[in-house]
Amino acid sequence: MRIKFLSTLISLLFLIFFLVLFKGLKNPNIYTPSIIYEKKIPNFRSQLFDSTAEINSDEIFIDDKFYLLNIWSSWCVPCRYEHEFLINLKKEQNLKIVGLNYKDNIDNAKNYLEELSNPYDILISDKNGLIAIEWGAYGVPETFLIHEKKILKKIIGPISYDLMNEIIELTNL
Amino acid sequence: MKLKQYFLIIFFLFFLNFSFSEEKNLQKEITKNLRCLICQGQSVYDSDSEFANSIKSLVADKLDEGISEKEIYDYLKVRYGDWILYDPEFSKNTYFLWLLPLILFIFGGAIIFKLFNIRKN
Repeated sequence: MRIKFLSTLISLLFLIFFLVLFKGLKNPNIYTPSIIYEKKIPNFRSQLFDSTAEINSDEIFIDDKFYLLNIWSSWCVPCRYEHEFLINLKKEQNLKIVGLNYKDNIDNAKNYLEELSNPYDILISDKNGLIAIEWGAYGVPETFLIHEKKILKKIIGPISYDLMNEIIELTNL
Repeated sequence: MKLKQYFLIIFFLFFLNFSFSEEKNLQKEITKNLRCLICQGQSVYDSDSEFANSIKSLVADKLDEGISEKEIYDYLKVRYGDWILYDPEFSKNTYFLWLLPLILFIFGGAIIFKLFNIRKN
């Protein structure tokens, strides 16, 4: 009687484990940690893109406008894909686009902007990738929507047409 | 006299080398404990991606500033979450993770104990 109870318990446990692991097989194995919204933006100091002058983050994100921080680089292929959407977003009245040039060669970056036109209102550069870490970014391209010094939305990877519309909707609330 | 000078020079060189390598070792240890978030199954130390290289230089900078190992982990945890650490801390999200082996061990032990008792009887 006892052994029967134990064996049913063990097989039941085994079945539960099997089901949990089997279900886990079907999940994608790329894990992105949950993104915390309403997170405050970091304080940082960075060099301006085309000069040696430095700027504080307080001087960039000042008023109650919406800001879009876009991390880009001339060597990044998906950045080219999202470029047309950034140019569209430039037309938005209450949205300022800040470009963070990530680990790039300045001449290449300038050529890139000349070739595809410049959607950015403010350009800063991040030569060693430390500012990107300050933002908790993974790489390029990555985009943050900021309002009143808080991160409203974080987009890992290129902006798509749908995401662009979502940004426009959020800024016109 | 000369011998003494030589000895001192050699000692000093070795000493410098030793103290420098100490610091490197700590950096190595920290970056081995950090997960490279954009590579699968690699630590920051093992990876040569842009992300990993940035983290490596950040850790080196922070160590130069005299910031402790734990503070570096905390700094990265705020930005990237617990996931960046290979060794997750004991918190309400990880109770199950940490206690499951213990529970299984106790449970298994109980089963074995019971089976033995039944056999004996």
